[in-house]
Amino acid sequence: MRDKVTIRLFRGNADGGTETDYEVTTFPGMVVLDAIHQIQGTQDSTVACRWNCKAAKCGSCSAEINGRPRLMCKSHVEDFADSNGLIRVHPLKTFPLIKDLVTDVSINYRTAEKIPPLTVSEDIPRPFKMQQIDVERIQEFRKCIECFLCQDVCHVLRDHNRKDGYFGPRFMIKIAALNMHPLDSENRLRQLKEEGGIGYCNITKCCEEVCPEHIHLTDNGIIPLKERVADYYYDPLKILIRKIVGPKKR
Amino acid sequence: MEKYTTYDQDVLVVGAGGSGLRAAISICQAGLSCGIVTKSLLGKAHTVMAEGGAAAALGNMGEPDNWKVHFKDTMKGGRFINNPRIVEIFSKEAPDRVRELEEYGAVFDRTPEGLISQRPFGGHTYRRLNHVGDRTGLELIRTLQDKVVSYKPIVYMEHTLTRLLMDGDRAVGAFGYNRQTGEFVAFRAKAIVFATGGWGRMYKFTSNSWESTGDGAGMAYEAGAELMDMEMVQFHPTGMLWPPGVRGILVTEAVRGDGGILKNNKGERFMFNPEYMPELYKGQYADTEEEGYRWLTDKVNNRRPPELLPRDVVSRAIYKEVLAGRGSEHGGIYLDVSQMGAEYIKRRLPSMWEQFYSLGGIDITKQPMEIYPTIHYTMGGIWTESETCSTSIKGLFAAGESAAGLHGANRLGGNSLTDILVFGKRAGDHAAEFAKNADFGKIDSSQIEEEANTLLAPFTNPGKENPFKLTQELQEAMQEGAMIARTEESLTKALNKVMELQERAKSIHVEGDRVYNPGWHTARDIRFMLKTSEIICRCALERKESRGAQWRLDYTDASEEWGKINLIAQRDGDAVKLIHRPVPAMAPELAAMFEEIK
Repeated sequence: MRDKVTIRLFRGNADGGTETDYEVTTFPGMVVLDAIHQIQGTQDSTVACRWNCKAAKCGSCSAEINGRPRLMCKSHVEDFADSNGLIRVHPLKTFPLIKDLVTDVSINYRTAEKIPPLTVSEDIPRPFKMQQIDVERIQEFRKCIECFLCQDVCHVLRDHNRKDGYFGPRFMIKIAALNMHPLDSENRLRQLKEEGGIGYCNITKCCEEVCPEHIHLTDNGIIPLKERVADYYYDPLKILIRKIVGPKKR
Repeated sequence: MEKYTTYDQDVLVVGAGGSGLRAAISICQAGLSCGIVTKSLLGKAHTVMAEGGAAAALGNMGEPDNWKVHFKDTMKGGRFINNPRIVEIFSKEAPDRVRELEEYGAVFDRTPEGLISQRPFGGHTYRRLNHVGDRTGLELIRTLQDKVVSYKPIVYMEHTLTRLLMDGDRAVGAFGYNRQTGEFVAFRAKAIVFATGGWGRMYKFTSNSWESTGDGAGMAYEAGAELMDMEMVQFHPTGMLWPPGVRGILVTEAVRGDGGILKNNKGERFMFNPEYMPELYKGQYADTEEEGYRWLTDKVNNRRPPELLPRDVVSRAIYKEVLAGRGSEHGGIYLDVSQMGAEYIKRRLPSMWEQFYSLGGIDITKQPMEIYPTIHYTMGGIWTESETCSTSIKGLFAAGESAAGLHGANRLGGNSLTDILVFGKRAGDHAAEFAKNADFGKIDSSQIEEEANTLLAPFTNPGKENPFKLTQELQEAMQEGAMIARTEESLTKALNKVMELQERAKSIHVEGDRVYNPGWHTARDIRFMLKTSEIICRCALERKESRGAQWRLDYTDASEEWGKINLIAQRDGDAVKLIHRPVPAMAPELAAMFEEIK
């Protein structure tokens, strides 16, 4: 392992910025977040980044390392240094920049507010009884640590900037976790189709590739949701049945 | 006068971990306006790192568990300096608070009957930890976050508060800054809830996030509130040890609950050494390794292995093993769960597997982990009244890790996640009640001006001290002198260093402007870290006995006299005043439960 690596760090704000090189001293197990901390402590205390747990559990230290969205606390320096010992660290590109590695991710919190919470009918007996096999599929989605790397990489949000039309992969699986909850009684398909914009996703699966929790966002979440939306809105037989017997309770 | 923006809220909740969010739910349900201030983004608070579960005697596992057993376990774990009434409320209300989470959307692991699955943990007589794999804290915070957001409170993300604003003897607001812009903010509120967490950042090897700098305790202390049991700092037995980049990160107790064993470099399961078995727990744990193994599959007819003794006991044993030369390659102890098989481990402990594999390059299904105790939790904190969570300052309430009284000298694993639910709700309910019967107090602009000047001083200070360097020196001094094993000498040395750093902190200088400036933020954080560290050292020096987390090598026994005392620390000008306060008496019907073990 090299004694030193160079962090080529983006420095700047909403008005623009440049890359600056910082040489840092390595140690066994060092991650990119350690390198940023070393820069703050010994070279430039104004370097801005977010972090909390440094154990890949909170999803705060998201950045683009060598052009790919990652958690800095989980990215070992030795895995990312190129042959010249260089690592490029940039902020998430999809969100407006505040300073250096810190971006304005507030749109995600505004989107979260639009999703109704779990709704369980009063008729369901308490305490709840659910089988492990029935909750496992939604437990996968609930592993999400809200690092927003999937939102960052999603081309609908990143390249086409359709934040007004599509909630993004994080919120597709949030809705999936509610829609697939054995006791939820809310109809969530209209929201998925309309303001949620599930139709925008064309299943390139980039979100799955960057998820640090290895959640199968598209395979287990978005695709089944698309099927449910399609069934509900476009299956003529089902539309007919609904017309005759009325909408299903849940 | 520096510019600042003022916000009015009926109730201001400071902190957005579990207790803050649970308090906010109650305040919103009471129909009041609620502001939540958090240093980070919403959902990132330290609660996300809790792994094992939330302890509540639901009795879902076919064992005769109930609140009384939970009460007794918690009192014993805390070595009887906990407030018995607080523990009673806690163990009685815990089951309802956990079931309520299911209504809010939490999805716990299930038993074959479809109920919430419960796992065994250190110091708990029965399987009692309601869990979701080993990421229960994440489930809890996300559930509370979703619930609270549905009420649309105002969440002030990335705001740091540094001063309680007082109107005479009543707290009427708080002052601080927006981290993103550096602009000053003042909050006016009829009641304030501190849910500000602990102060584990004072130590070098810590499982705590950067936020745990003791702001709530520090602000409350500066305003004259009583702090209690500050010497009681929990060292979790199993923190990651190697490589250095991961040192201190938590390894959940669930690893031991699910079959993980502790071994020294001779391959011995040293926890079976009778020397490590405290009198209080004799006869309640397996005597042989065979019984320990049998317990994994038959919990009714066998006793649990001694690896599941309370955290203070296991931490001391590890310390002694390493000191005796029986430590691992890098000076720790081995924790091995590989004998349980890869499929089981990945199902029961998925985030532990991921954590070791991706951060440490170790496959725990194949090889043992190297671990050493890491600073984990602070039992002490702001003194609170048992029924209402009110503090000794009018209008100020406290809950969760920032409050004291529930855990005594040592917290049992799993009790913190329920603590934040039970007392988060109570603090919220009672703060709302208080606010309904109160007006906004008077904000004294001279307090704001003074605080603004204090905050801005590092920019113009002619000194040369580096805030990061001071923090590092503080962490080293506390790690050295106020860790697991303490003596008069080590504590005095740490205290002297803390006092020296308090002087040097006056000369901190930072560069740059106020927009998201970590140097400036650190210059601010260290103020409360230094004061809290001083109080920890002074209380640890004062308590001349060993009890729970407080282990004095020069006073190795628990003393009957000290067992009746809680140490209160209160500000007296620049000095820390220590008061010996009798531990509240146990109600007769509660005391009767202990007859059997006396």
